[in-house]
Amino acid sequence: MIPFQRSASPSQPSGKGDVVDVKLQLRQLAGSRAPGTDDSKRDLFKKVLSYMTIGIDVSSVFSEMVMCSATSDIVLKKMCYLYVGNYAKYNPDLALLTINFLQRDCKDEDPMIRGLALRSLCMLRVPNLVEYLVGPLALGLKDKSSYVRMVASIGVVKLYHISAPTCVDADFPAILKQLMLHDQDAQVVANCLFSLQEIWSLEANTSEEASREREALLSKPVIYYFLNRIKDFNEWAQCIILEMVSKYVPPDHNEIFDIMNLLEDRLQHANGAVVLATIKLFLQLTLDMTDVHQQVYERIKAPLLTQVSSGSPEQSFAVLSHLHLLVMRAPMLFSADYKHFYCLYNEPFYVKKLKLEMLTAVANESNTYEIVTELCEYAANVDIPMARESIRAVGKIALQQYDVNAIVDRLLQFLDLEKDHVTAETLVLVKDLLRKYPQWSRDCIAVVGNISSKNIQEPKAKAALIWMLGEYAQDMHDAPYVLESLVENWEDEDSAEVRLHLLTSVVKCFFKRPPETQQALGAALAAGVADFHQPSYMFTDKEYRGPFAFSEELGNMSMGVEGAETIVSSQRVEANDKDLLLSASEKEDKGLSNNDSAYNAPAYDGSLSLAPSQVQSDLVSLEPQLPSQSSQTSSVIDDLLGLGLSVASTPAPALKLNAKPVLDPNTFQQKWRQLSVSLSEEASISPQGVAALSNLQSLLHHMQGHSIQCIASGGQSPNFKFFFFAQKSEEPSLFLVECIINSSSCKAQLKIKADDESSSFAFSKVFKSALSSYGMA
Amino acid sequence: MISQFFVLSQRGDNIVFRDYRGDVQKGSAEIFFRKVKFWKEDGEEEAPPVFNVDGVNYFHVKVVGLLFAATTRSNVSPSLVLELLQRIARVTKDYLGILNEDSLRKNFVLVYELLDEVIDFGYVQTTSTEVLKASVFNEPILIDAGRLPTLGPASIFMQGTKRMPGTAVTKSVVANEPGGRKREEIFVDIIEKISVTFSSSGYILTSEIDGTIQMKSYLTGNPEIRLALNEDLSIGRGGRSIYDYGGSSGAGAVILDDCNFHESVHLDSFEVDRTMSLVPPDGEFPVMNYRITQEFKPPFRVNTLIEEAGSLKAEVILKIRAEFASSITANAIAVQMPLPAYTSRVSFELEPGAVGQTTDFRESNKRLEWNLKKIVGGSEHTLRAKLTFSQESHGNITKEAGPVSMTFTIPMYNASKLQVKYLQIAKKSKTYNPYRWVRYVTQANSYVARI
Repeated sequence: MIPFQRSASPSQPSGKGDVVDVKLQLRQLAGSRAPGTDDSKRDLFKKVLSYMTIGIDVSSVFSEMVMCSATSDIVLKKMCYLYVGNYAKYNPDLALLTINFLQRDCKDEDPMIRGLALRSLCMLRVPNLVEYLVGPLALGLKDKSSYVRMVASIGVVKLYHISAPTCVDADFPAILKQLMLHDQDAQVVANCLFSLQEIWSLEANTSEEASREREALLSKPVIYYFLNRIKDFNEWAQCIILEMVSKYVPPDHNEIFDIMNLLEDRLQHANGAVVLATIKLFLQLTLDMTDVHQQVYERIKAPLLTQVSSGSPEQSFAVLSHLHLLVMRAPMLFSADYKHFYCLYNEPFYVKKLKLEMLTAVANESNTYEIVTELCEYAANVDIPMARESIRAVGKIALQQYDVNAIVDRLLQFLDLEKDHVTAETLVLVKDLLRKYPQWSRDCIAVVGNISSKNIQEPKAKAALIWMLGEYAQDMHDAPYVLESLVENWEDEDSAEVRLHLLTSVVKCFFKRPPETQQALGAALAAGVADFHQPSYMFTDKEYRGPFAFSEELGNMSMGVEGAETIVSSQRVEANDKDLLLSASEKEDKGLSNNDSAYNAPAYDGSLSLAPSQVQSDLVSLEPQLPSQSSQTSSVIDDLLGLGLSVASTPAPALKLNAKPVLDPNTFQQKWRQLSVSLSEEASISPQGVAALSNLQSLLHHMQGHSIQCIASGGQSPNFKFFFFAQKSEEPSLFLVECIINSSSCKAQLKIKADDESSSFAFSKVFKSALSSYGMA
Repeated sequence: MISQFFVLSQRGDNIVFRDYRGDVQKGSAEIFFRKVKFWKEDGEEEAPPVFNVDGVNYFHVKVVGLLFAATTRSNVSPSLVLELLQRIARVTKDYLGILNEDSLRKNFVLVYELLDEVIDFGYVQTTSTEVLKASVFNEPILIDAGRLPTLGPASIFMQGTKRMPGTAVTKSVVANEPGGRKREEIFVDIIEKISVTFSSSGYILTSEIDGTIQMKSYLTGNPEIRLALNEDLSIGRGGRSIYDYGGSSGAGAVILDDCNFHESVHLDSFEVDRTMSLVPPDGEFPVMNYRITQEFKPPFRVNTLIEEAGSLKAEVILKIRAEFASSITANAIAVQMPLPAYTSRVSFELEPGAVGQTTDFRESNKRLEWNLKKIVGGSEHTLRAKLTFSQESHGNITKEAGPVSMTFTIPMYNASKLQVKYLQIAKKSKTYNPYRWVRYVTQANSYVARI
């Protein structure tokens, strides 16, 4: 929490007492005509406004403020108007008090006062006062002073927001339209346009006519009316007009060239917003004219680059974000300008990051060497986030390029820097690189092999190193021993990603170098099974780790080393480097249609968060493949021996289950620990069922058909373990089942726990009948 | 259209807060400040100028340590809003003379008045000081100009050189002078920010000049002004053939990559004789921005030598040579260099008789800092720093240190050779002879020497 230091400054008083004080003083001044009254009023008004600014509620002095408002001092009036505008909405009754003097001021001789009063009148935002608004507004639109007309034309849209019917019934939109097309003052015209755009867009949802009017704003006469006098408007109105023109579709190419010729000097405007609006318009206009579109790119390059360097860092960020979009769309066109994307020493990180992305995008055969050289300078930078981003950029370039020779060397040199964050980022990249270009493994592994896993702390980097240890176990002399020592520290490892990688890498290493890894594998699997924190990849049940010490069984398995290798290496994954590239292509798709898309609007970052979950699913997918092969062979043998005796299915007992119960794994775990076993028995499963078990999903599906849901499953043939749950249809009472299926004996061990123990027998019948019918369909 | 505008102090309290449309909640300033203060997304530590929280777009720019911010729910062009925020700061500065927290707090009623005229219901009405003068009635309460950092590049004229009247840039456009009569004067500043990157062998890798011709007019009656630049000035590198180099245009030709102009500038004869005519509006504004990547002689050469002296010691020798005329003096030179992370102690040795030089070793970020009050053209300065390491350095120290970066200001020097040949003011009478100040200054934007 940020304490808002209300009392920190002497000019900012703190509390209620002061407000009461001010109220009294205002009351004394209200009727006074003594000389100097206005000065005292000014001081008091100022005090009130300063309270208002810092968020103290000063609505209680409303009537006093209004009483004091009878003055000819315009500064006082303005302060009063500001106050009234802020509080009228919350004091509709008191707001009525102000109507009188505001209406009077609307008829003042001084156009400035007329304008101010009208503006304030429109700012009251009190629905039941709109009747007092229509008259002055109508007069204001016809006022001879352009200042008053300016105020009135915006006033119309204010009225529309307070009461749309009043605004439409008074025919204000039509008057505005006339004013827009005929007024002499450019700002009045611009304000009419703003108001009409807003009113008709809102109105278009309900009224046909309004949507026609909205279309009419984009008709050729109106567009040309604005274009021909564009220089009369101030720079801000120009932006809005350019924006509007970009929605206009010219009927032929000549017109497009006319418009662009007319507006070309807008590209030399000092205001970046005007330049960008012009660029957007040019790009929109030429979307269907490929060669002209390209020329537009060439034409806008220089003005954009000038805008990048002529304003504040914030403005430069806005321009760069646009440039970024363009570069992503057409990297080729910017590949010669790469030096403009080099980072300056003193730029804020958000600017540097954009530049790095652009450097990555424009890298091609001719400039890669220089770009990577530059990036390597940043990587040695003391600024850690910058160094990280730079290394990632080098990695991305490597993944895009065909000739990665030099880049790989550079990446590997990063490891010599011996800075922890550099090493960490580099490891992750080397891993990604090897997934795409396995041919570089020899060079990389030689260097990576020298890195001590003890120096790597970041989970991502650690996971990458472990992956390489598993993948290249045959080339890394001490891989099994490094893995073994990592397994020993299993408990100290917090990251699920690292643990997952450790498991798979030990398995992979085992297939390559079984004798050296056997012990580590046993330990890893034991640790993994016992791992209480990771329900997603292992059994959740702590009590039952005993029977599932697979280590010995696996150790005895006579799996051919060659076969194992094919299994493991078939898992070469492209997903990861696609993720890396995805962010670029996704941005490309967003195009230019929306100014906002360059500014990390909320629905923007999906691509990055995907990565970890994909990695996990890749890893998980490794596991089911192992059992599937062996269980298939065993079921074939079963069939050959003709052991398939069908088990008579028992008639379905009368227990109604909820078809779609919901339970999350954590609650399941909790419940499983809380409840005691209410029923423990053996069930049989048909040989066809056992055969069908080669696909675990099919059983889960089958059970679902009987309103029994699976929450966790796994295991190796012949032992499979499942956790199911079900819920009674009428009440929240749950049944939890642990089911261990031995596929060689066609038997299943059931442990049932139930909220309502009395019905557990009935449930067990349902369960057994469901299980016995598995594979029979 | 924008919904709210506010200015927050560094501590996060509202200095001004104006709600234009009432469609964003009142607590937005607090939400905004918290987000900016504790920005931690994407590993970044600094909030970008535009972000979105719960459907509200927040825009901000930092000016003299204050946050100028705007909110909106609509999809408005971000560059428009950022440009606008910057412009509001400039207009405010025109009025107050000096823009800082103190002057804003003292004049917040005036600022409200300005804001009322600048934006109506979220739509920008005008940001021209000239136009605003007609409808803004508060008198600015001026604050003491002494030793206060000011806004804008022109503020550099306050340091050093006595030739410049120090009050000029901090003078309010509207306030009356204490003496009663306004002084008729006009300032034209040619401000160039240079970015140079030297490779470790001293070769220039990249160089760029970002220049602005800035004008601030205190002339009454808005006379027309003609401004003439170098006649051999050419714009755009793209269309030129390579034979143009060193050809008829002469070796000293100034080639701008690109430039843009303020809307008040008329360029009717610019193509012919490189003159611009304009009626300067009140207040400070850029007449022209330009960008040059043509090679130029960098004002300083930096030489860095690192010598290992045993396993726990090394010596850094920094040499700076000023390669400009001896009639010119650079001010406020700061040299920085990151040292290896395991540096524990540094002892400095300045050249004998060094005046106005300070050195420092910033323990927290392991940085060497060397500040020089001034450097006269043609001179050379050396710093020796003896480093002591807390652990043995493994491998190459040069990979662990650097790059060397410099900041400086050189008045009456411009790297590009772009010049204002003359500044003509349309005369109203024979006796009318206002003061004209044409001032040049070059500043380092990013001046980096790799080692």
